[in-house]
Amino acid sequence: MKKEKKTKPSPWKPGMTIQEMYEARPRMWMAVTAIIVIMAFLIAWSGTAFTGMDGTEVDGWAVAKSIIRGIFHPSASLLFNLTTEGVPYLLLETLCIAFLGTLVGAVLAIPFAFLGATNVVPKPIALVFRTIVMAIRTIPAFVYGLMFIRVTGPGPFAGLLTMSVCSIGMISKMFIESIEDLDGRILESLDASGCTTFQKIRYGIVPQISADFASTLIYRFDMNLRDTTVLGLVGAGGIGAPLVFAMNCYKWDQAGAILVGLIILILIIEWFSNKLRNRLARGI
Amino acid sequence: MGLYDKIFKPKEYTLANGKKIEEKASRAPLVLLILLFASILSIKVTGFNLSTLAKRGNQFWVILGKMFPPDPEYIPSIWGPLFDTIKMSIIGSLVGALVAIPVAMLSSSNIIKNKVVIVGVRLLFSVARTLPTLVTALIATFIFGLGTTAGSVSIAIFTFAYVGKLLYEQIETVDMGSFEAMEAMGCTKIRAFIESVLPQVLPGYLSNSLYCFEGNVRYAAILGYVGAGGIGLILNSEIGWRNYSRVGMILIILFITVVIIEYLSFWLREKLS
Repeated sequence: MKKEKKTKPSPWKPGMTIQEMYEARPRMWMAVTAIIVIMAFLIAWSGTAFTGMDGTEVDGWAVAKSIIRGIFHPSASLLFNLTTEGVPYLLLETLCIAFLGTLVGAVLAIPFAFLGATNVVPKPIALVFRTIVMAIRTIPAFVYGLMFIRVTGPGPFAGLLTMSVCSIGMISKMFIESIEDLDGRILESLDASGCTTFQKIRYGIVPQISADFASTLIYRFDMNLRDTTVLGLVGAGGIGAPLVFAMNCYKWDQAGAILVGLIILILIIEWFSNKLRNRLARGI
Repeated sequence: MGLYDKIFKPKEYTLANGKKIEEKASRAPLVLLILLFASILSIKVTGFNLSTLAKRGNQFWVILGKMFPPDPEYIPSIWGPLFDTIKMSIIGSLVGALVAIPVAMLSSSNIIKNKVVIVGVRLLFSVARTLPTLVTALIATFIFGLGTTAGSVSIAIFTFAYVGKLLYEQIETVDMGSFEAMEAMGCTKIRAFIESVLPQVLPGYLSNSLYCFEGNVRYAAILGYVGAGGIGLILNSEIGWRNYSRVGMILIILFITVVIIEYLSFWLREKLS
């Protein structure tokens, strides 16, 4: 689908000096002024979002200082507390929500992915399903969270359901790409050698897409771990709720402990996920 | 994985030319076992329960059903928060992306030779990227007060970390010839960077920034939940009042906005490449 780029012919003629060549350089002052005008307009318009310190009765910098002090002096009793209120358990809960959310999300995403791939279904149907996926993706996570709390009551279960619905968008988008990259010739040759449909799926399709799918899921797990903190704010489990409580009570040492735990966990998982995905990309 | 191969011996084949090759045992059982264990643990911890889902799952559809038909009379009150959201994402992305340039320069190993600076700045990027946007927004509301300032700041921090990381990875792969030539002619490092490295990374940088902006519009919609301004604010309060037809209207407007912005940014990024 790539169109040939139109390039202007080079101004170079035999016998030109460097000076002449430099004078004949392409000048895009029209484009540059247009970009500058548009940018200036955008900055002026959106700059109004910076309304300064609005509506705080406390001194912002004092709060900032105490937050930083809290992060560097985390509450050790919370950080190494092994009960269900301690940071380790909360991190485990967050991990579990992200993990199961990714798995359930993957199961929900597979039908959308196959119905949205243009080499499986006709184009209009694929377009309809892609629009549905996009609509699912647009709704903010906390809206799903609040809706699912009405279903299951507050707790990690609601968070899990939210995470799985939120994962559908990105997972099915990546799945669609790997399905559309399938090599049809392999299926044809399996057909020619008399394979059944099941054998065609097992030996023709699964080996082609499994590495891509696994890589997508690991990446999504990584992202879900960050997003799970959002859920705690609405009461759907995970580490977000204690974080908000600690902040609202100005207990910065506790908030610091939770943040430190969260940052370390996310960095470890990110490192792990990068390593695994690199191995998958190289075919182990 | 050496231990795994010792327990499950690889199969040996002798080829026609007498060469022996090994087929290592499949890793699938081990992976499946780990996944199964993790799933069971997760089900225990999260209290996943299919029967609750089957019994009460229709509640979700009930709420979704109440969003239709959406309430068109509510549209005039949506524009203000919606434009706040867009403004927050534009100014946040702009500031974040601009600040990212000098800092990314500081963390590129081919321009700065001081290891301590590089490691320190990269750690800053990592930590800033790790903090979820909603948490930074919450902290920002304590510092800047409720309102769009807090939202803009948290989006700027996220953009800074995301664009900065991609930018320094890109800077490290550029052709250093012209940079060295300019330094040899007596340019300062900054001057040489602006004249020789920046033009090489500019298309990629702009494309990444646009992509980040696209995602920021979605994030900005969430930020209202912690009081950081934008469409999340009214979304949250209307859900609280259970005015689901209004919620439906907000979501539809948000969807249209996101689609328009995505197409615009997609079109611009196509032009850049």
